[in-house]
Amino acid sequence: MTQRLSSPAEPAVRLRQVVRQFGPNRVIDGLDLDIAPGEFVALLGASGSGKTTLLRALAGLDRLDGGHLAVPEVRAAVFQEPRLMPWKKAWRNVALGVRAPNAKELAIQALTEVGLSHRLNAYPATLSGGEAQRVALARGLVREPKLLLLDEPFAALDALTRIRMHRLIIDLWQAHTPAVLLVTHDVDEAILLADRIIVLKEGRIAEAASVPLARPRDSSQAGFQALRKHLLSLLGVQVTAVAPETSASHALQEAAIEHAELRRVANG
Amino acid sequence: MAEQNVKPLSLSPLWAWRRSPWKTPDFVLRLISPLVILCLWELASRAGLIPARIIAAPSAIAETLWTLIASGELGRHLLTSLQRAGLGLFIGVSIGTAAALVAGLSRRGEILLDSPMQMLRTIPSLALVPLFILWFGIGEFTKVALIVMGTTFPVYLNLFAGIRNIDPKLIEAAQTLGLTRRELIWHVILPGALPSFFVGLRYSLGISWLALVFVEQINTSAGLGYLASDARDFMRTDVIVICLLIYSLLGLLIDGIIRVLERFALAWRPSFIRN
Repeated sequence: MTQRLSSPAEPAVRLRQVVRQFGPNRVIDGLDLDIAPGEFVALLGASGSGKTTLLRALAGLDRLDGGHLAVPEVRAAVFQEPRLMPWKKAWRNVALGVRAPNAKELAIQALTEVGLSHRLNAYPATLSGGEAQRVALARGLVREPKLLLLDEPFAALDALTRIRMHRLIIDLWQAHTPAVLLVTHDVDEAILLADRIIVLKEGRIAEAASVPLARPRDSSQAGFQALRKHLLSLLGVQVTAVAPETSASHALQEAAIEHAELRRVANG
Repeated sequence: MAEQNVKPLSLSPLWAWRRSPWKTPDFVLRLISPLVILCLWELASRAGLIPARIIAAPSAIAETLWTLIASGELGRHLLTSLQRAGLGLFIGVSIGTAAALVAGLSRRGEILLDSPMQMLRTIPSLALVPLFILWFGIGEFTKVALIVMGTTFPVYLNLFAGIRNIDPKLIEAAQTLGLTRRELIWHVILPGALPSFFVGLRYSLGISWLALVFVEQINTSAGLGYLASDARDFMRTDVIVICLLIYSLLGLLIDGIIRVLERFALAWRPSFIRN
C-alpha cells in the first residue's frame, strides 16, 4: 500500500486512515496526516503513543495493517543511536549505499557540512556522541532525501551538544529543504525546531498546532511559554505557574514542571 | 641497590623502570628465577639425583637439540607435522566457514545444515579414530581427516553465531540506506561477524595442534609425534622434552600470527584503536 510520490504539487507525505496493531493493541488507529514538501513537523507523544511506530512505517522498516501511505522515494532516517558501522571510517559510513561515481567526494562534502572535515578517517569508536550523531546526519543528507526522519536523534546527547545540534539541524534543513518528521518527547525541542507540532495520543492525533514563532527561536520569545504550557497539558503535565515575565516566576514554573514531570514518571 | 628507600607507586613496572633508568629492567629480574631453577636442575642431574630416564639434564637436552637441528632431522619432522596440521586446518576452516555462511545467511541453509552440524559437533573428534582407521586405513588420510573433524566445528559455530548476532539496528540502518542484499552481506554482516570468526579460528588452531600430537602416535614414520613416541621407546627424555618445547613454541608463534591478523583485520575495534 506504499506509493511513491514525485509531483512537487503533492504533499511529501500523505497518510490516510493508517492502522498498525500488535495483537489486539492498536498502536496507530486510523491516522490522517499530510506533510508538505520542505515542512518541518514534530511528533510529540508520551511513550507508547505510537510515534516511533509511525516513523518506522514511514522509513519502510515496519509494515502497516491498514490504510494508505505515500512517501517520497528518497528518504533518510537518523535514530537515537548513530547506528554507524563500527568497521567503517566516518567517510565510508557516509558513502555507504551512495551509488554515484563520486561517492567519496559527496561524503566528504556532507561531512564538511556538519563540521567534521577533520574526522573523515576516524572510526566510529573514536567519535564523541555528538560527532557520531553528526556523521549519521551527514549519512542521511548525502543522498539528498525528500523526507528526513528523525527518531529522537538528540535524546542521548548532553545539553550543550543538543543546543548545537538544534542549530545544525535547522541550518541543514534550510540548506537542503527536505520535509522533516522529528519524533521527540521534548516539548521545548519541538517548539524550537518545528513549523507544526502534532501531539499523538493512543495512536490518534490529539492536536496539530502550527508554531507561529519567527526563526531563530528561543524560549524567551513571546508565545513560547504559552505554547509550551498548552502542549505539556496535552501530554498530561500540569504547569502551575502563570506569569512567565519575571525570571523568578519563570524559575518557579520550571520547578513546577519538573515536579509534575517527576510525579508523572513516578506514577509510571 | 642504590635507592632502596624510594618505592615507586606505579603499578606498571615498565613505567617505574623508565623513571629510574639505572635500575635493572623488570623483565631481566623476572628471568632470574627460571635460570636458577635451570641451574638447580642441571646440578641435580649431574649429581645423579635426577636420573636421565626421568628427565635429561638441560645441557644434554641442548646438545641433542643441536644435533637434531644440525642433522636436519628436526626440520624434516617439523615440516611434516606442519604440513599435516596446515592441510587439516585449511580444509577444516574452509568447510566450517562455507557451512556457516550458508547456514547463517539463509533460512533454508540453516534448516539444511544446522542440525547435522550440531549433532556432529558433539562427537569428540578423537573418538572417531577407530572408525576412521577402519574406513581410511592408518595412512595420511586418516590423520588429516581427524584434524579436519576437529577444526571444522569451532569455526562453524562461532561464525554462525557471529552472523546471527549482528546488531539488528545496524541491519535496519543498512535497510534505510537502501543497500541490496549483497551489499548488506558484504558491508555489514561479514565485517560484523569477523571477530567471531577469529575466535573460532583460535580454537581451531589449538585443536589442530592437539589432534596432531595424538594422530602422529598412530603408525607414523615422520612428524613431531613420531619423534616423541620413538623417543619414548628408547627412553630418550631429552628428545621428548625437545618435542614439548617445539609444540609450545609453535603454539606461541601461531597465537602471535593470529594477533597480527586481528590487528590488521579488526583495526576498528576500540581495543586496537587505543593501543
